[in-house]
Amino acid sequence: MAESQNSGAFVEFERVQKSYDGETLVVKDLNLSLPKGEFLTMLGPSGSGKTTCLMMLAGFETATHGDIRLDGVSINNIPPHKRGIGMVFQNYALFPHMTVAENLSFPLEVRRMGKAEREAKVKRALDMVQMGAFGGRRPSQLSGGQQQRIALARALVFEAELVLMDEPLGALDKQLREHMQFEIKRIADNLGITVVYVTHDQTEALTMSDRVAVFNDGRIQQLAPPDKLYEEPENSFVAQFIGENNTLEGVVKEIKGGTALVQLDGGGLIDCKPVNVTEAGQRTRVSIRPERVEYNKDRMRPGAHTLKAEVMEFIYMGDIFRTRLKVAGNEDFVIKTRNAPDQVRLQPGTQIEIGWLPEDCRALDAV
Amino acid sequence: MTEATTQPGRVLAADGTPLKRSLARALRMQKIRALMLVAPLLIFVLVTFIAPIADMLFRSIENQVVKDTIPRTVEALDSWDPHSTELPPEAVFAALQADLVEAVDQKTHTRLGSRLNYEYSGAASLLRKTGRGVEKMKAPYQEAFLKVDKDWGDLELWRTLYIYSPAYTNGYFLNAVDLKKGIDGPEARPENEQIYILLFKRTMFMSLVITFSCIMLGYPVAWILANIRARTANLLMILVLLPFWTSLLVRTSAWKVMLQQEGVINETLVWLGLVADNDRLILINNQFGTIVAMTHILLPFMILPMYSVMKTIPPSYLRAAKSLGATNWTAFWRVYFPQSVPGIGAGSILVFILAIGYYITPEIVGGTDGTFISNRIAYHISKSLNWGLGAALGAILLGAVLLLYYVYDKIVGIDNVKLGG
Ligand SMILES: Nc1ncnc2c1ncn2[C@@H]1O[C@H](COP(=O)(O)OP(=O)(O)O)[C@@H](O)[C@H]1O
Ligand SMILES: [Mg+2]
Repeated sequence: MAESQNSGAFVEFERVQKSYDGETLVVKDLNLSLPKGEFLTMLGPSGSGKTTCLMMLAGFETATHGDIRLDGVSINNIPPHKRGIGMVFQNYALFPHMTVAENLSFPLEVRRMGKAEREAKVKRALDMVQMGAFGGRRPSQLSGGQQQRIALARALVFEAELVLMDEPLGALDKQLREHMQFEIKRIADNLGITVVYVTHDQTEALTMSDRVAVFNDGRIQQLAPPDKLYEEPENSFVAQFIGENNTLEGVVKEIKGGTALVQLDGGGLIDCKPVNVTEAGQRTRVSIRPERVEYNKDRMRPGAHTLKAEVMEFIYMGDIFRTRLKVAGNEDFVIKTRNAPDQVRLQPGTQIEIGWLPEDCRALDAV
Repeated sequence: MTEATTQPGRVLAADGTPLKRSLARALRMQKIRALMLVAPLLIFVLVTFIAPIADMLFRSIENQVVKDTIPRTVEALDSWDPHSTELPPEAVFAALQADLVEAVDQKTHTRLGSRLNYEYSGAASLLRKTGRGVEKMKAPYQEAFLKVDKDWGDLELWRTLYIYSPAYTNGYFLNAVDLKKGIDGPEARPENEQIYILLFKRTMFMSLVITFSCIMLGYPVAWILANIRARTANLLMILVLLPFWTSLLVRTSAWKVMLQQEGVINETLVWLGLVADNDRLILINNQFGTIVAMTHILLPFMILPMYSVMKTIPPSYLRAAKSLGATNWTAFWRVYFPQSVPGIGAGSILVFILAIGYYITPEIVGGTDGTFISNRIAYHISKSLNWGLGAALGAILLGAVLLLYYVYDKIVGIDNVKLGG
């Protein structure tokens, strides 16, 4: 396809659909475009179609409908081995009958590269992931984290410009995972490669990505940088899925001056930022982050609406306090406060008043 | 914890006994219980497997019948020089007469006759004939024996007796490899009597061909089985296992119907005009027939281990190889195939060992040049009743299999063989 309208885009999905069985669509109308050098994460619950999208990009599944373009060229009919896309699999897929060095040498061999050049590149790739001393080992003689590094090195050794990773850290323990997140990000930035990364772990998505595409039910729910995603979720799925979140349901009473007044079902009036509501009378689901809730009267904006709350539970978590409240009939309303010297520790049974800035309280779609 | 209880080797349990001993006591009960569970199988295997093999190995060297039947003769013959051109002295004939009188009385002389007959044809009838009048013989015995039959004057007969007088002999084994036990050690057999080496070679060669055919035919089937949807795979699996549910004899006979000169294949070829009516292909009662029928029969034993190994190879390996730039063929050959080798190894060992000892199929469709060594063993066990030779052939076969197993272990490694999971 010669015509490439958005010349800035490196990878492009245009109206892509995918069905395995001819009855249900696993991917519904996917539109996505990312520039060179971007680190994009596909985040979503299991079964939301992330792997399918990645496999279509890699060439192991064919799109039922739509166009996938790489560098402006439609790749629908290019077989996987000619796409030149690096890939890191969830179980690493390191070839067990080859040594680490042979694994890394494989993509270079199939490209008919000379021996000296191969060895130099393998060594460089191994050094890059700090595994230079392990070339002679078999994958089975490596720990999970080391295998992960080798898988990464193998995907990078043939200098692919686009690297796909499907839950590459899923099998590692928490500490190692956090370390590898940092490592992968660092290497990707250094090499300037474009990465499409799949995960169901929102922390991972937020810490690593330039942009995150939140998947649900075969659709991208929101595509935004991490901070925007967290602070300005566009619908209640994203608000629920990313970070901890409190929801209250109610009806919009009026919208005025960029603020919506919402009458909660459980009683009480609050000011919100209208996101998915446009007029009075609409049902809405209101979303507030636990750390944006204020109960210290002195710090609240004068004249703002407040809600009555009863403290149900207080949990000391070291750096923060986590307090569960009963608010407008909702017993799972959680607030988080920093463990500071002047911070009050709320005792269960206490009646308090809570409030927040209207822009932190988002009136989203009702479900 | 006190110092004494943490000292290595002298750790004490709570009641003061050394920890090692109390652990051993605790484990002993478990061991006894486990042993009792496997005891029935152990006894069964012992009785039906180990014991017959031990018996066979014993029979292949055992030769007590000569010594038991004519002990005095054996003793007297000891001083005779088998190289001499003279018959043994009178004392030997006298001893033989005394031995035979006793043997006839106990009717054991015919057993001796058939034993000697394997090595010296005519010995059976000679002994039967001699046995009838041996009681009435008078000295000089040499003359008396020669009068009954002049074969008693044959030096060859006496040498055979001399050679086979020890209680244990390697004669059967020598016979089994187309040699002959002579007075100065092994001798070559005349060309027209050599048969076993040829049969061993043929058995090996045909088993290899069958194993190879099974690999070639089985590999793609196993691959499909391992890589299609579970429901279809189950259906296919039933087809693979179907041969197990049909009698071996029926299947082999079916091949006879298919392959004979008036059979389905020839009729079809003639009808298609590919083969002239008077020039039909000979597909059966030769090596070809045996190979075809046995490949068919042994195929499941190749497919199943291959399948179970391929089942454990995640499809992501092939995908990884392709994403790294390998073509379908390279991905298969460099990544998938090496990982499926343990399955091929397991299947090959299974098929080869089964093939090498196969009996029914070569018997039915093998004709004369498609028979195996096992058919010869069966002949010796049930027709010629030369059990010693049959046992020696069987022992060699067993040895060959063990040797191959050992070689395989050295080359591929036996822990690389996977029959399942
Ligand atoms: N090879 C396949 N055949 C049929 N259905 C599949 C196949 N792969 C995935 N699916 C279905 O497609 C949906 C999306 O799967 P997937 O892309 O793996 O989701 P994710 O990676 O987000 O967990 C799931 O409902 C899954 O059952
Ligand atoms: Mg997935």
